[in-house]
Amino acid sequence: MKKETIFSKDPQSNSLTVVRAFDAPLDSVWQAWTDSEILDKWWAPKPYRAETKTMDFREGGLWFYSMVGPKGDRLWCRVDYKTIEPNKSITNTNMLCNEKGNKSPNFPIMNWRNEFNQSSGGTTVRIEITFEKEADMDIVIKMGFQEGFTAGLSNLDHYLSMNSEPARS
Amino acid sequence: MRRDVFQAIADPTRRAILSLVALQAMTPNAIAEHFNSSRQAVSKHIKVLTECKLVNQELTGRKIYYQYNPQKMKEVDTWIEQLRAIWENRFNQLDGVLKNLKNKKS
Repeated sequence: MKKETIFSKDPQSNSLTVVRAFDAPLDSVWQAWTDSEILDKWWAPKPYRAETKTMDFREGGLWFYSMVGPKGDRLWCRVDYKTIEPNKSITNTNMLCNEKGNKSPNFPIMNWRNEFNQSSGGTTVRIEITFEKEADMDIVIKMGFQEGFTAGLSNLDHYLSMNSEPARS
Repeated sequence: MRRDVFQAIADPTRRAILSLVALQAMTPNAIAEHFNSSRQAVSKHIKVLTECKLVNQELTGRKIYYQYNPQKMKEVDTWIEQLRAIWENRFNQLDGVLKNLKNKKS
């Protein structure tokens, strides 16, 4: 049975919230979010697949991975873990970077807070993604619009390289 | 400066203006009467809304009326839908992974 994904956007706090229940015990869900071998199996939306380069799951540690497209195109991403409460919550920052792990200059940093809760017969995950400023959310949104978000991932590298100057119009 | 729907609706005053003109087309003065802020401040907000086409201007006689453009608001929904599709895809994959984990354990 498919579970509903609850999705909401709060323009006032520059944040997005995603809530989803999973039909699995808390420790399994936690493992799926924190073990890179498992993350690689589901983290990238189709037709992409995630490929972990390094994973150091601890406070101050880093998950460095890429999303590989059907044509072999690669989108590098890094997740910096800030706080970890086992089986409870993770806060981190998410950003796009190059193959060396250096942040892409034009892509905003996203602050994530993931909460894991045991719920009746399963586990609920709540993700809050906060942008540092309104303009950052704007960039991500613009990208979504202009490229069509799913297809757009493959164009993201191109987009970023084309937009090395701040957008002006 | 770039203007778009999201920037426009991020502001509470602008959201209030939108809900006013959604009910009926209004002149800038009539809009300003609903707010404590200065007329200039209100007209700045109206300018932002016009620039991103959330409201349209209409000249009736010698008066300018502002009216709501619902088409533009659909951009917001479209974007939310696109993001939702990505997350659903991702989570459906996770459902599969979790099922396998369970089978391994039992």
